[in-house]
Amino acid sequence: MTGEATSPAAIEVSHLAKSFGSRTAVDDVSFSVARGEVFGFLGPNGAGKTTTVRVLGTLIEPTAGSAVVAGIPLSQTRAAEIRQHISIMPEAPGLYQRLTVTENLEFFARLYGLPRRQERMKRALEAVGLSDRAHDLAGSLSKGLRQRAALARSLLNDPAVMFLDEPTSGLDPAAAHEVLGLIGELRDRGVTVFITTHRLDEAERLCDRVAIMNTSLLTIGRPDELRRRLFTRSLGVTTAAPLAKPEEVFDGLPGVRGWGRDEPAEAGHGGPVGYTLTVTDPALSAPAVTRALVADGADVLSITETRRTLEDVYLKLIDEKEQAG
Amino acid sequence: MSMSVTRIVAVIGKELAEFRRNRLIIVTACFFPVLFLIEPTVLILRISANASSAALNLKLEASLFEPLLIPVLVPAILSGYAVVGEREQGTLEPVLTTPIGRVELLIGKAAAIFMPVLAVSYLIFGLFVAITQFAAKPAVAAAVLHAPQLPAGLVFIPLLAAWAIWVGLAVSARATDTRVAQQLSILGSLPPVAVAALMSFKLITPTFWLVAALAVALLAIDCAACLVVARMFDRERLVTGPQH
Repeated sequence: MTGEATSPAAIEVSHLAKSFGSRTAVDDVSFSVARGEVFGFLGPNGAGKTTTVRVLGTLIEPTAGSAVVAGIPLSQTRAAEIRQHISIMPEAPGLYQRLTVTENLEFFARLYGLPRRQERMKRALEAVGLSDRAHDLAGSLSKGLRQRAALARSLLNDPAVMFLDEPTSGLDPAAAHEVLGLIGELRDRGVTVFITTHRLDEAERLCDRVAIMNTSLLTIGRPDELRRRLFTRSLGVTTAAPLAKPEEVFDGLPGVRGWGRDEPAEAGHGGPVGYTLTVTDPALSAPAVTRALVADGADVLSITETRRTLEDVYLKLIDEKEQAG
Repeated sequence: MSMSVTRIVAVIGKELAEFRRNRLIIVTACFFPVLFLIEPTVLILRISANASSAALNLKLEASLFEPLLIPVLVPAILSGYAVVGEREQGTLEPVLTTPIGRVELLIGKAAAIFMPVLAVSYLIFGLFVAITQFAAKPAVAAAVLHAPQLPAGLVFIPLLAAWAIWVGLAVSARATDTRVAQQLSILGSLPPVAVAALMSFKLITPTFWLVAALAVALLAIDCAACLVVARMFDRERLVTGPQH
C-alpha cells in the first residue's frame, strides 16, 4: 500500500501520527496526493480524518512523522507560509452570522493580506453562485447557502490545496448536490482537493483516489481499483424459473471460476431465481453464459455484472479492522 | 512571518462590527456605564449646601469609585466571550486556518475591547464631572473637581481595563461555556479594583507618587499578563479546546 500519486505531489505524508495524551488519533499514516487530484479521505466518526486535516493545515502539531503540503515542509517555522497557500473548510461553515456574506469574505481576504480584494471576492461569489446574496447577513442564509459562502471564502486566496472537511454534512440532498457540483468544478479548474467524508456515494462520484482510514490507513487507491483488489468479479444471472441442472449449464464455461444459487427472497418454488457466477472477466464470460442458458432453454430475465460499491469496500475494511482489533 | 497591521486592523474591525450588531452585548455594555453615571451623579446632586465635611467626603468617595467599575466589568464580559464565543459558533477554526499569527489575533481582540471601553469610561467620567459642575451646589462641585481620587481614577482606567481584558481572554481561551467564562472573567478582574477602592475611600491617601508607583506596578502586571495570555493563544489549544 504505497499511496503513490501519479504526478508531482501536492501533499506528501510520511508516517504521520498524532496522539492526545494516551489516546492515539492518527497512527503511522503515509500517502501522497497529486497536484490537481481530488482525494477522498474516508473513515467512520473518530477515525482521525479531521485530526489529519488539522495537522496538515498546521492547526495542530503532529506527534511523529513528516509531511509536505503545497510543496512546503510541515514545520512550525513555515506554518504561516503553508496556511497562505492552502485553505481549509471545516465541517461547520463558521461564518459570522451578524456580518454579511461580503463582510465575512472581506475579513478573510484581509487576514490573507490579499491584493485586489473586491475583484477576488466577486470572483469567489460568482464561482459559488452567491453574487445575488452578497449583502445578506450570513445568519439569514439556509444551510446550503452558508456552505456555499464558506466555499467562496476558501477560494479567496486561490489555494494550491483545498481541504474540505465533511463539506455536505447536515445538508439536504439538493443542497449537497449543489455543493458537490461546485467541488466538481474545482477539479475542472485544476485545484487539488482533499475531501474528508463518510458519504461514500459522493466520494465515489467525485474522487480520483480515496484512502480509507480508521486511526491508521487501511487502504488507498482508485475506487474501481479497490473494488477489484478486495472483491472477486461476478455476474448476476436471473432466470424466470430454477434451472433443472445448473451445474451442466455453468461448469466449464470460459472464465467462470465458480457459481452459486442466491438465497431466495421468499420460500417456495416457481418464481425468478438468481445465480451468482464468479468470473475472471465479465466481458469474456457474459456471452458464453448467455449462449449456455439459451441452449438449456432457460427464460433469462437478466445477466449483469455485479457492481461492488465503495461502500462495500469500506464496510469490508472497517469490519476487518474491528475484528482484528 | 512579521506582524501585520492589516490583519490586526481586520480583527478589530470585525470585532467592532460584531459588537455593534449584537444586542446582548450592546445592552450589557451600556447597562453598567449608565448605572455608574446615574447613581453617583444623583448621590452628588442630592448633597445639600450645608452638609458636613464628613458626609460630603463619604459621598464623594463612593461617587468617584463607582465609575472605576466600568473599565473592569465591561471588558471582563466582552473578553470572556471573545474566544469561547467564537469556538461555540464555529468561527474560530476558519480564522486560525489563515496566516494570522496568535499575537496578531490576541492584539486585535484586545484592542477591539480596549478602545471602546476606554472611550466609554472617560466619557462617563467626563459627563459625571460636567453634570456635577453645572448642577451641584458650588461647594460640592468644587470638592468633586479638586478630589485627588479624580486624576488617580483617570490614570487607573486604562490599566484596570487592560487587566480585565487579559484575564477575560485567558479564561475564554480555556473555557467551554460562554456564561461561565464571563462570570469567571469578572471574578478574576476584581482584585486590582481593591487598590482603587482603598484610594477612593482614602484608606490609603492617593498622593502623586503613590498613584504613580501603583500605576507602574499595574502596568508591569498588565505586560506580564499579556505575555502569559499570548502563550495560551496557541492554535492547537484554541482549536481542540481544553479537553485535550
